[in-house]
Amino acid sequence: MKAKINYVLSTIILGLILTYAGEAGNIIVKGSDTLVILAQKWAEVYMAKNKNVTIQVTGGGSGTGFAALQNKSTDLCNASRKIKTTELQNCIKAFGKRPLEFPVALDGLSVYVNTENPIKELTLQQLEAIFTGKVKNWKEVGGPDAQITLYSRENSSGTYEFFKEHVLKGKDFASSAQAMPGTAALIQAVARDKNGIGYGGAAYGQGVKHLLIKKDDSSPAIEPVEENIVNGTYPIWRYLYVYVNPDLYKGEIAEYLKWIRSDEGQKIVKDIGYYPLPKNLRSSN
Amino acid sequence: MNKDTKISLALTRVQFNWTERILELGILLISATTSVAILMIFVFVGRESMPVIFGKSQLDASQSIRSVEDLHKMSAKEIMTYLGLSKEEYNSLDKQSLRELMLLKIETARDASKDKDAFINAASLKYLFFPHQWTGYDKPVFIWQPVSEIRKFNIIPLIVGSLKISLIAILVSVPFAIASAILVSVLVHPKIKEVLKPLIELLAGIPSVVIGVFGLIVIANIVQSVTGCVFRLNSLTAGIALSFAVIPVIFSISEDALSSVPKSYIEAAYALGASRWKMAFQVVMPAAFPGVFAALMIGFGRAFGETMIVLMASGNASILSASILDPARTITATIAAELAETVFGDPHYSVLFFIGLLLFVFTFILNIAANLVMGHLRTRIEGKK
Repeated sequence: MKAKINYVLSTIILGLILTYAGEAGNIIVKGSDTLVILAQKWAEVYMAKNKNVTIQVTGGGSGTGFAALQNKSTDLCNASRKIKTTELQNCIKAFGKRPLEFPVALDGLSVYVNTENPIKELTLQQLEAIFTGKVKNWKEVGGPDAQITLYSRENSSGTYEFFKEHVLKGKDFASSAQAMPGTAALIQAVARDKNGIGYGGAAYGQGVKHLLIKKDDSSPAIEPVEENIVNGTYPIWRYLYVYVNPDLYKGEIAEYLKWIRSDEGQKIVKDIGYYPLPKNLRSSN
Repeated sequence: MNKDTKISLALTRVQFNWTERILELGILLISATTSVAILMIFVFVGRESMPVIFGKSQLDASQSIRSVEDLHKMSAKEIMTYLGLSKEEYNSLDKQSLRELMLLKIETARDASKDKDAFINAASLKYLFFPHQWTGYDKPVFIWQPVSEIRKFNIIPLIVGSLKISLIAILVSVPFAIASAILVSVLVHPKIKEVLKPLIELLAGIPSVVIGVFGLIVIANIVQSVTGCVFRLNSLTAGIALSFAVIPVIFSISEDALSSVPKSYIEAAYALGASRWKMAFQVVMPAAFPGVFAALMIGFGRAFGETMIVLMASGNASILSASILDPARTITATIAAELAETVFGDPHYSVLFFIGLLLFVFTFILNIAANLVMGHLRTRIEGKK
């Protein structure tokens, strides 16, 4: 009995110590599922270097992250899209200021087709026509006579929104576009469907063909590789962001954010399948 | 009430037992908590979908925009209505924050679409259920495009998608489930029944995500090679995958109904010279029919509410089509896929809660109807005893 009480007491004391220690350098990161693996990797490497800091990373989506930022239940919010005006409004209501925005990585988007598809390149206009449902047959863009099957992402995905805004110019996707739950599922689907077309991260895509993209009819076809994405010649790319409440941007959190955007932090970006920031956007150390 | 029950009741009154009382109270508390929890979920979902039901518009694009300098000239009340602030919110904000909000208002107005359709409150019941000709479309359409410059929240394609896939699932499950229920309950030897019944019910233990993957990879290939359809993932694929989850439900409940048919019926059938098949199909089956029907309804409710399988195997395209070889998007998959990224309190968020409420009401009605039918069965069989 006595041993049991001792055990309970020591657990409580240990718990108290841990909570206290946690308050010393505990950073909570929440938000985009696109960024969650990268954020975890950053946290892992950073924690190994700075033993006194604990970083907790969870996903849930950019919207969830912004809601947590308003409620102050997270320190950093990962986002694969820019903050929306309603969310900005809520943030100002909650802490009187706009959250600070930091681009932390680049993501290039490729357009995938099946390896059997003879098409090698498409212009942005052709892509728009295909994904809005105006062009329904491959022969209209110089391919075989077959119906195009569209693979898109769920509308909750930042990739979906980005593609819609920048390639479809804000128009709606054709309703026949199938919404796949993730890039991996989309690639699986395109790899099995010889008339399929889809889009997703440029670093992914085993088993499918990445199309070269032309800005318009007269411009050269650009391949989605790191060099072209980082220097901006490949036309479909976006930033990934971290948002922070300006009141919290000090001490450990500021250090961590600075480290993410340093050469060292950016080295990790490539291992996860995204692209590092151009030199002028990095933090100097 | 007969004599024996009277005596035993009298005995309980005499032996008043404290531990039993406490246990009773504990059980009462636990069951009350469950009911309260269900009620709270209902209230929560209902509250979040209020803006849709009452058509409360969150778009105030018609409002005239005022410059930041006007802040000094405006009264507190004017500022509150202009910025949509409550009294507590207004009191908690300083001048600088108010300026930021004013500035944001100007930026929003500048970036907003100038299209006439952008001013429509698409999250009102009219646009949720009826077609509308949106800018850029050449005819009135039922369309679900919640992330868009001009957002469209027509839920008809989702309701049709859910109904279509659930119906396919039921049609596929019924022959298997009921045939095996009849087999297990009346046709086979009780020893074989003891093995067979848990075996079929084991199917209910497969996690739905596993069935989803199976549908995505295996069933989709089979369906495509048999039908030669354009879309690998379609309503038929999802319906077949879903039937794996529905079969054990229908089987289990209809097997119970079939087994509860009184032995005297079966004996009477045999006495009149009926064969085993005649007994099963002309005596047991009709007697248990209300129970089997209730099983179908509960199975339908299960199919309608299932999320993971349809999310993975249905293709999730929100097309309004009657073809079983077209992809479909269901209510459940829509909520699961979209809720995490919506802005809290936004029309999209409210609409998702509203369709959640529809789902809740639908399955609730189905379950109540099934219970009523089951009750009917019980009185019918017991009444004739």
